[in-house]
Amino acid sequence: MTAPTGRVFVPGDAAAVSVGADEVAAAFEAAGAQVVRNGSRGLLWLEPLVELETEAGRVGYPNLTPDDVALVLAGHATSLGVVDELPWLTSQRRVSFARVGVVDPTSIADYEAHGGWAGLRRALSLTPAEVVQEVTESGLRGRGGAGFPAGIKWKTVLETASDLKFVACNFDEGDSGTFADRMLAEGDPFTLVEGMAIAAHAVGASEGYVYIRSEYPHAVAALRRAVDTAYTHGFLGADVLGSGLTFDLHVRVGAGAYICGEESSMLESLEGRRGEVRAKPPIPAIKGLWGRPTAVNNLLTLCAVPMILADGGSAYAELGTGRSRGTQVFQLAGNVKQGGIVELPFGVSLRELVEEYGGGTLTGRPVRAAQVGGPLGAYVPESGFDVPMDYEALAESGAMLGHGGIVLFDETVDMARMARFAMEFCSIESCGKCTPCRVGSTRGVETIDRIIAGHDVAANLVLLDDLCETMTKGSLCAMGGLTPMPVQSAVRHFPEDFAPQGTEQSGAPV
Amino acid sequence: MTTAPTTDRTALVRAIATQHLADRGPLLPVLHEVMDELGHIARDDIETIADALNVSVAEVHGVVSFYQDFRTVPAAPHTVALCRGEACQSVGAEALHDGTRARAATLGTGVEVTEIFCLGNCALGPSGTVDGRLHGRLSPERLDALTEEWR
Repeated sequence: MTAPTGRVFVPGDAAAVSVGADEVAAAFEAAGAQVVRNGSRGLLWLEPLVELETEAGRVGYPNLTPDDVALVLAGHATSLGVVDELPWLTSQRRVSFARVGVVDPTSIADYEAHGGWAGLRRALSLTPAEVVQEVTESGLRGRGGAGFPAGIKWKTVLETASDLKFVACNFDEGDSGTFADRMLAEGDPFTLVEGMAIAAHAVGASEGYVYIRSEYPHAVAALRRAVDTAYTHGFLGADVLGSGLTFDLHVRVGAGAYICGEESSMLESLEGRRGEVRAKPPIPAIKGLWGRPTAVNNLLTLCAVPMILADGGSAYAELGTGRSRGTQVFQLAGNVKQGGIVELPFGVSLRELVEEYGGGTLTGRPVRAAQVGGPLGAYVPESGFDVPMDYEALAESGAMLGHGGIVLFDETVDMARMARFAMEFCSIESCGKCTPCRVGSTRGVETIDRIIAGHDVAANLVLLDDLCETMTKGSLCAMGGLTPMPVQSAVRHFPEDFAPQGTEQSGAPV
Repeated sequence: MTTAPTTDRTALVRAIATQHLADRGPLLPVLHEVMDELGHIARDDIETIADALNVSVAEVHGVVSFYQDFRTVPAAPHTVALCRGEACQSVGAEALHDGTRARAATLGTGVEVTEIFCLGNCALGPSGTVDGRLHGRLSPERLDALTEEWR
């Protein structure tokens, strides 16, 4: 066996590791190869996807096991060709994910060589108001799900006088079917550091907090390492790059509570309390962490900022459609043949994502439904897949984009069980502060159980609808407020699953 | 599992809490560190932490009981956590979860099987962790292989 002359890239991304990448990396190292643990390119069904550096480019070998390593090194394994030339990648518009899988996530030099820090350098040459203006012009909207214009949020923080302000990154990516934050943080962690430093300069903050869920230990390690390295090189701390900006960045870890992805719960948790939702107003931009003005943004929002500052807000705004500007990082998940990261300008249809990129279901059975936007997002039937993926078009069709996750289900899915699960999940993860969510979710499980059992189905469906309306209108936050979305979309689009055989009808609900 | 004598434990917990006194919002970092060092947060630890951070016992207890990660009793020698999120359900996670719970004893003695909601591995489900390590594309056979040493 001969060691290759070029470097060997074996993803250290958690998804790749979950299917054996560590063992493959060890086998290459044992064979004398110079191994780089890059992020994942996002073609997750091919992981571990190993790349060998050649004169022609980085040549990919999919689904490797340690047993394949000798074959690859001997030149006898079948390759995919140059990874950068794969149509699945070349047809995408990678902006936020431009460096993920390409660079060595531990190397600050590699980051800089691939365009890193250009945004921060330009931002520091502008006034805070000019930076905010640039972000406003880009049309960037919050990628966490709410889609609130980032520039307007930052303007509020900038214009709220205080001796102490914060920026906070919501990296509590708890939605099933979403993993873009995780992959970006693991594959290109310096981008978040840069985005947060720009945000700090823009709003006048001196301290930043990244709140990562504890289910992401690989991302925690990657970010902590990147933050330490950034301090060493003068991108964090006192007098960042000689600009006079002081910015300290702290990485904090959650503790297994879904609700802490709700921004006010996250702030409570960062302050060391139970993750219970705060009533709004006041909004966090005015009274956030420890009562001070705080810019709270999703990780993908903050990671779009360096590029916006480097290339200008108008370059970003040129992408997308309507009021949804820029690109969206879609995540294909669940029962999908080709799952992974698809970054495209807003406006691509759900069908194109599912069929062209996803290649249909993993099981090979027909697709029945897609849940778009996480556990609080709607179930869209196959007949509705032509909807364009942008904030407004989805809202108009009774769905939402959320964090861009798309979970596919084949024809075997029982939509009544999925509706029940939405209520069950809410009952488990509710913070308990407001009654519609805390009690409503449990009543929802019971009501759907009666429907599944065939008891007074028609009357219980009316009751369920009424309950959903109460939760939607009466809940303090999106947890209780949006749990009805998967439930009601399931009932609306898949009524046959809610009308079991041998249904007995009586009058009032039991 | 060995447990440190009470006095040592108290001193260690106090030292951890004291180290974080200068941090803003130190409670979660302190609790995580106690979990890492000692595996669980005992009633006495809560009192020590409350005293060291100058907050009420009720406040610390309230936080410990709110978050899934903070255990008040030691974990089983081996743990399997299986994802029940929608993405994993679409590829059979419910059957895997229910089946594995029912046969936990066949994986080895002292095996705890728990549910978890999303590990961010949603394109390679069903996902889970085995003694804290992430695995994708899980099946009963794969779990048998991963837990072989436990038997």
